[in-house]
Amino acid sequence: MSVRHALLALLSEEPKHGLRLQQEFEERTGEVWPLNVGQVYITLQRLERDGLVESDDEHRAGPQKRFAITSAGGAELDGWLRTPAADVPPPRDELVIKVLISLRVPGADVHAIVQTHRRHMIELMQRYSHLKMEAAEHDLGLALVADAELFRLDGIVRWLDAADARLRARPTPDPASRPAVTAEDAPAVRTDGAGALR
Amino acid sequence: MTAGVELREVSKSYGTGASGVHALRQVSLSVSGGELVAVMGPSGSGKSTLLTIAGSLEEPTGGQVLVAGIDLSDATANDQAKLRRRLIGYVFQDFNLLAGLTALENVTLPLELDGARMRTARPAGMKALEELGVADRADRFPDELSGGERQRVAIARAVVGDRQVLLADEPTGALDSVNGEAVMRLLLAACRRGAAGLVVTHDAQFASCADRVVFLRDGRLIDQTRTAPGPESLLTPGPQR
Repeated sequence: MSVRHALLALLSEEPKHGLRLQQEFEERTGEVWPLNVGQVYITLQRLERDGLVESDDEHRAGPQKRFAITSAGGAELDGWLRTPAADVPPPRDELVIKVLISLRVPGADVHAIVQTHRRHMIELMQRYSHLKMEAAEHDLGLALVADAELFRLDGIVRWLDAADARLRARPTPDPASRPAVTAEDAPAVRTDGAGALR
Repeated sequence: MTAGVELREVSKSYGTGASGVHALRQVSLSVSGGELVAVMGPSGSGKSTLLTIAGSLEEPTGGQVLVAGIDLSDATANDQAKLRRRLIGYVFQDFNLLAGLTALENVTLPLELDGARMRTARPAGMKALEELGVADRADRFPDELSGGERQRVAIARAVVGDRQVLLADEPTGALDSVNGEAVMRLLLAACRRGAAGLVVTHDAQFASCADRVVFLRDGRLIDQTRTAPGPESLLTPGPQR
């Protein structure tokens, strides 16, 4: 989440004071992302240093200063909006690793483990859904933030459902041979996480 | 709050011996008036059987079903049908409005089938349409209504009169996420006015609109959500992604 670009976006409407920027930021993200006013001022200082915003009076103290976006700031904002979000390599997802590892643990009930995570994800989704439903229907910022989180969690639930179905469909493992999970399949197990293997 | 619908150790099997299928195995579930519960589970887990038994459209092989505190298996077939019509409302996936009837006539039809006169059915139907925000569409035919209005009329028909149980089988099945959410909002609001709601869905997003989510697997109720859904815990700052 780029606070820097969010502030530029708010300033693209009209010049504003720091405190108002903080309030508007929280309002527009449905108050899901709290932002303290100190962070707002530090970010504004850096934006000013980089020539992306300018303040109307250098001699006034912080809260009285009003900031305006510069043309360089406008170009920066436009470029950022059009830049695809960082396309990082697939994360070493902790949940995926837990399910993979559980296949190797003698006596571990992988379906029960999958269900524990599924329930937890749905409980989280309930909180976002109810947050959205209790909010005013016109609270667009909150609906968009909650939707983003719901779609992300929904993706995890779908993966768990698919994993569960694949595990049920596999042939009953021969006790002599362990499931074929190799070190390469789960490269991100840290030594401190290996306690689960005991 | 009173139990709108309660299943006690309900089992249902079809056929016997090796070819027999256990659709439900000792399922116990209680849904109170005012509460909306979502049933999730993979295909073949018994979700639809659970709903038809809760709605007493099918008899369980074992166990008891109580609707508004009444054990329907104690009633005669005739009384059972009457109680079912009076106490239980259904919402179908395609909403199933009758094309030749107006919105109001669709809503009052179950009351009239139950022997109510138009004089009493009409105000009850108008009240249900008002609650769903479509009273001004009462005299329109289904093909004159928008998709969203048809959903509202279908839900009004399910809650009309003093129905205490609201059952819905994949009511959001053919809808996109925004329209599906609207249907879940309407079902939740209908439950808040006192009905006990049970909705079957395979969609986690729609299920998460319910007060409680129960999980079915191979005919068994294996788990349910534990926390009351509340947004408070989301408002504390968490790690940034």
